[in-house]
Amino acid sequence: MTTLTPILSKNWDRPDSFTLAAYREDGGYQALRTALGMEPDAIVDLVKASGLRGRGGAGFPTGMKWGFLPKDNPNPRYLVVNADESEPGTCKDMPLLLANPHALVEGIAIASYAIKSRNAFVYVRGEVLHVIRRLRHAVAEAYEAGLLGTDILGSGFDLDVVVHSGAGAYICGEETALLDSLEGYRGQPRLKPPFPAVAGLYASPTVVNNVESIASVPSIVANGADWFTSMGTEKSAGFGFFSLSGHVTRPGQYEAPLGVTLRELLDMAGGVRNGHRLKFWTPGGSSTPIFTDAHLDTPLDFESVGAAGSMLGTRALQIFDETTSVVRAVRGWIEFYAHESCGKCTPCREGNFWMAQVLRRIEAGKGTEEDVAKLLDICDNLLGRSFCALGDGATSPVTSAIKYFREEFIAGTHTPAWELFPYQRTTRWSSESVEEDA
Amino acid sequence: MSTPETPKASEERAARTSVFTGEALARLEVDAKDIISRYPKERSALLPLLHLVQSEEGYVSVDGIAFCADQLGITTAEVTAVATFYTMYKRRPVGDYHVGVCTNTLCAVMGGDEIFSSLKEHLGVGNDETTEDGKVTLEHLECNAACDFAPVVMVNWEFFDDQTPESARRLVDDLRLGNDVTPTRGANSVCTWKQASRVLAGIDDGRATEGVQASGPSLAGLELARQRGWQAPDPADLPAAAPATEDGAK
Repeated sequence: MTTLTPILSKNWDRPDSFTLAAYREDGGYQALRTALGMEPDAIVDLVKASGLRGRGGAGFPTGMKWGFLPKDNPNPRYLVVNADESEPGTCKDMPLLLANPHALVEGIAIASYAIKSRNAFVYVRGEVLHVIRRLRHAVAEAYEAGLLGTDILGSGFDLDVVVHSGAGAYICGEETALLDSLEGYRGQPRLKPPFPAVAGLYASPTVVNNVESIASVPSIVANGADWFTSMGTEKSAGFGFFSLSGHVTRPGQYEAPLGVTLRELLDMAGGVRNGHRLKFWTPGGSSTPIFTDAHLDTPLDFESVGAAGSMLGTRALQIFDETTSVVRAVRGWIEFYAHESCGKCTPCREGNFWMAQVLRRIEAGKGTEEDVAKLLDICDNLLGRSFCALGDGATSPVTSAIKYFREEFIAGTHTPAWELFPYQRTTRWSSESVEEDA
Repeated sequence: MSTPETPKASEERAARTSVFTGEALARLEVDAKDIISRYPKERSALLPLLHLVQSEEGYVSVDGIAFCADQLGITTAEVTAVATFYTMYKRRPVGDYHVGVCTNTLCAVMGGDEIFSSLKEHLGVGNDETTEDGKVTLEHLECNAACDFAPVVMVNWEFFDDQTPESARRLVDDLRLGNDVTPTRGANSVCTWKQASRVLAGIDDGRATEGVQASGPSLAGLELARQRGWQAPDPADLPAAAPATEDGAK
């Protein structure tokens, strides 16, 4: 049986958990001291040995990313933390920054030292005012205590950290769009290569990492690579947040080793609400193909989820029970992609615009016989034909929902989704979820 | 560096008096200078500067765009291209309180759709419209990263978790009456839209330590772990060279 492993969340029940004093009482910033006594390359090697993979969705090995910075490039190096958390269903980094921002600040200091960067940026989505306040406060506290700024802890290492607020664009979670945005432009993805490691921020060598990835680094430095690999699976080492939302009795953040299953997590979270049945769920946000109750025992690690036809993504487990219309869910997600497409690539800009219209008419019971084929055709023209993963991601909910629930799309040729699945049944306050308000 | 303005933009400009003059200009230039100095390259300050001009007027006007362009030595066309890309920059005046209702799929299903239609009816406004008293602007939002608290409403980008149509109507009534409202995870009270924009520009308001550190769903896993005595492995007592757990322990 897999059990929970609170690490980044272990101090969240302290009312002052976000303060430097509280973080230090729990051993905070000792890892930074340890790191500053090591050779930078040794830290990169340690993170490589830990097998830590990016927690922002793609799962690229973090240490390897750090190792890609060219040794002979004379330009300054930058660390950019992606705190633009916007993938539908994803809700781990914001509570982490609200409750424990120093874990990120310490991770930034260690990572910057390791990659020899003197300037780090945190790009936080703008729509989270208090998260931004907390993070800025933590950075200010760290400066005051000599944990950031010049000659950190007497090591001779200097580091400046800037907290930068975004302005409402999902696309800026894509690393190259984020860099354009941070440079003061419209957030549109760049063609890769060159990758940010070679030409990132201001065309200089840059590492872009997710909040949770960087916040995990101090624990690896403190406890060692063997400690980290004692959790998780061989190729998906360590722990991570599993964020349960939707039709579940106790939604929330569950910090567990990778490889835990939804069956185990649902058991911990009190099951699907009030005796209802699991219908479909996302393993890692709306850009990851949906799963059904056939996947309850799929280990939630990168390989197993991939082998089962989806992606681990951000471990954003959105749970929908049998009262939910899958057509309605997919229509909502595609309207999101249509709204958030940056417009750079035609297949994404136009494809989502048209898919949203087709899905609206299917939801209204006014679909045509050709609509399912049309949706699949649009997806075929979208997948792999855009600069960034947003375009690819938009096809995931459509193709997977048609794969598992084709009959619901067919039903959309004659019956509105709200008649097949009355919408008032799905809400938090419906009599169906009455136990939830106990 | 002046760019030709469209006739409409120039008419609009002529019809109003810029607030970016005199005392206000001097004050904002100090803020702008401070913000610009944080970045290795000036242009990186553009997003914060747009938040800054929004904090002055409540939206990004043509004058605000001109201010940003002047501070960074770029054209108004370049600034406009950026300002129109990002949804948080408003091109029309916003009320004192921006009320955002998440209607992305998860929140919609959990009741966000119903909350949004209830508020439209209750306030008598449509999406992206402001009540006649200038107090509340209503907008539907995409995912705001609080799905475990669904359905979610944001007021001036502060979290109001676990809402119902009744609680949301009460919330907007209080906002219009000038009663203090308290975010579920945020400062002790909601600041105005302009004040919030100033924080987003990068200017502290000293309220970071207000409010809870975490609540409800954020603590669900931790509380269960405490009850059951679960914790992370002890680094001093690791299983001997474990060949990692077998693929996904059952």
